[in-house]
Amino acid sequence: MDPAVVFVPLDAAARSVGADEVADAIALQATARGREVHLVRNGSRGMLWLEPLVEVSTPRGRVAYGPVDARKVGELLDAGMLDGAPNGLCLGKTEEIPHLKRQTRFTFARVGVIEPLSVADYEATGGLAGLRRALEMTPQEVVTEVTTSGLRGRGGAGFPTGIKWQTVLDTPSDVKFVACNADEGDSGTFADRMLMEGDPFLLVEGTVIAGLAVGASEGYIYVRSEYPDAVATMRAAIDIAYLNGWLGPSVLGSGWGFDLYLRVGAGSYICGEETAMLESLEGRRGVVRAKPPLPAIAGLFGKPTVVNNVLSLASVPPILAQGAEAFRQLGVGRSRGTQVFQLAGNIKRGGIIEVAFGLTLGELVEEIGGGTASGRPVRAVQVGGPLGAYLPRSRFDLPMDYEAFAAAGAMVGHGGVVVFDDTVDMSLQARFAMEFCAEESCGKCTPCRLGSVRGVEVIDRIIAGDDREANLELLKDLCETMVDASLCAMGGLTPFPVRSALEHFPEDFNRAKAVRL
Amino acid sequence: MVSRTTGSHVPWSQERAVDIAERHQSERGPLMPILHELQDAFGYIDPRAVDVVAETLNLSKADVYGVVTFYKDFRSEPPGTSVIHLCRGEACQSMGAERLARHAREQLDVDFGGTTPDGAVTLEQVFCLGNCALSPAVMIDGRLKGRIDEASFDELVAHARNKTR
Repeated sequence: MDPAVVFVPLDAAARSVGADEVADAIALQATARGREVHLVRNGSRGMLWLEPLVEVSTPRGRVAYGPVDARKVGELLDAGMLDGAPNGLCLGKTEEIPHLKRQTRFTFARVGVIEPLSVADYEATGGLAGLRRALEMTPQEVVTEVTTSGLRGRGGAGFPTGIKWQTVLDTPSDVKFVACNADEGDSGTFADRMLMEGDPFLLVEGTVIAGLAVGASEGYIYVRSEYPDAVATMRAAIDIAYLNGWLGPSVLGSGWGFDLYLRVGAGSYICGEETAMLESLEGRRGVVRAKPPLPAIAGLFGKPTVVNNVLSLASVPPILAQGAEAFRQLGVGRSRGTQVFQLAGNIKRGGIIEVAFGLTLGELVEEIGGGTASGRPVRAVQVGGPLGAYLPRSRFDLPMDYEAFAAAGAMVGHGGVVVFDDTVDMSLQARFAMEFCAEESCGKCTPCRLGSVRGVEVIDRIIAGDDREANLELLKDLCETMVDASLCAMGGLTPFPVRSALEHFPEDFNRAKAVRL
Repeated sequence: MVSRTTGSHVPWSQERAVDIAERHQSERGPLMPILHELQDAFGYIDPRAVDVVAETLNLSKADVYGVVTFYKDFRSEPPGTSVIHLCRGEACQSMGAERLARHAREQLDVDFGGTTPDGAVTLEQVFCLGNCALSPAVMIDGRLKGRIDEASFDELVAHARNKTR
């Protein structure tokens, strides 16, 4: 009998709930039953509530089981799991699972499917096709292709990627850089992490294409230290890419050279801001720079630099491989292509879902996410990380696109959606937004450095019922100052969660009570 | 935090520090990689390491000190045998992370940044470990853990304490 091929994710989230123990148990229990197994550690399919999700290869395709408890592996094997038998935990054929079926996996096409560091798997699933095509084009043609696709920066700001690249291409310089921002610090976001752990070569390929397009010779991937698994996988991927000639003095034998380095952050949220990240890469405190000059003109070490998020760069290879039109025809309005949304917090079916822009917030949270994990009613949803607005159920009709969210005083950001049930106290969430800003401010500008500290104090007084009206007025005034006068988005956006909490949940600020915490 | 070798740090060695600094010297922007490697080796950034790095990179001690103190990961004193990072980001808050944070501090009788008197555990707070669909999350010695409640937290601590003995 051929060995049974079994997939157990190596993704950090899957490991965090026992995937390693499950893999060990499968190997052990199969041996005890005289069955040979070939274990493949893949990325995660993104259905994190089903982790550890085990898949078994069968003649009719891969069959999924989950969530698997390591202690129950013996029973599962006895119930025919290695042959794809339909037992209690069986979810049927993986590709037929409704949650996966309704997605458009453009950037995440390989994540969970392949073995992340397998060169053979990568190439067999269309890897390097984008880079090979780019190498046959002029840099301008590559930039035009990306511009035409309508790709906008996935880090949060949504700036058109092609236009950024054009600026770098048009700026003459002896040296240029690509800097990949993998400092995914927003709570509720983990798509960058899952991509780096699940399909690291895609990010390598995207970064190389960016270098080729703008005339850069070196790239840096700045990964946050909170992601040790992603750091290890990316380091291994870069080493393998060098060994295979995808990086180095002659990329794929083209005669054009590109070097790629991995750098690790050190626990600073502000280093996710692009200029603070550049400072950190240069070996300084992560203090933001005033703009202009734009990093595209004077970025890393003062040289023209493309700074792109992981998902922006990872979208590039399939855009080149399949053509700009394939991407452009997805989405709505000026939000083209797909977005990888991350359902997080108090949610029943949390994980990642890649869909074209335009789905409503309600569909995302209730239909796909299944409501709260606690089973209580959803009360508030924070979209776009700690600097994103809190939205009530009455805004569930909002379509997920950059412009619709901006018009509602909110932002899509990096696509993180954090759900809270009705036990949440929104005055404390507003207070936390200010507290977080005070903790993470780089300290360069006054509105952010001092405003956030004053913000905590004022909210405390409001919560305590101390001269409420005057303090509410003061808080609004403070928020306005921070929005208008902060140097970067840290101070400039912190008022969004505060104001939205006040606007949509005023009753939470209206009970005199002692401050918890 | 990237270090998975907590508990296997070596005692301070001037030669080792010089070697680390010199190996990265020719890289672009070598300071952060040097500080990471120093901390991986010794468990913290010794004040003497600041002198070594400043000397090697031809920077002022104030510059190096400024960088060491800016980043939360870099510590100036050795940590406990195990380091637990407890996430207090919004996603974890929505699943009771604040309750877990109170429990952790009471149970270990230390505040964030502190080490238990027996040297077994250092408790740190962190704002997001990227495990936001399996909250509350903690990281122990570089290993991510999801859906942690008071009981499973205590188990992690007990396991860490056993390691010390």
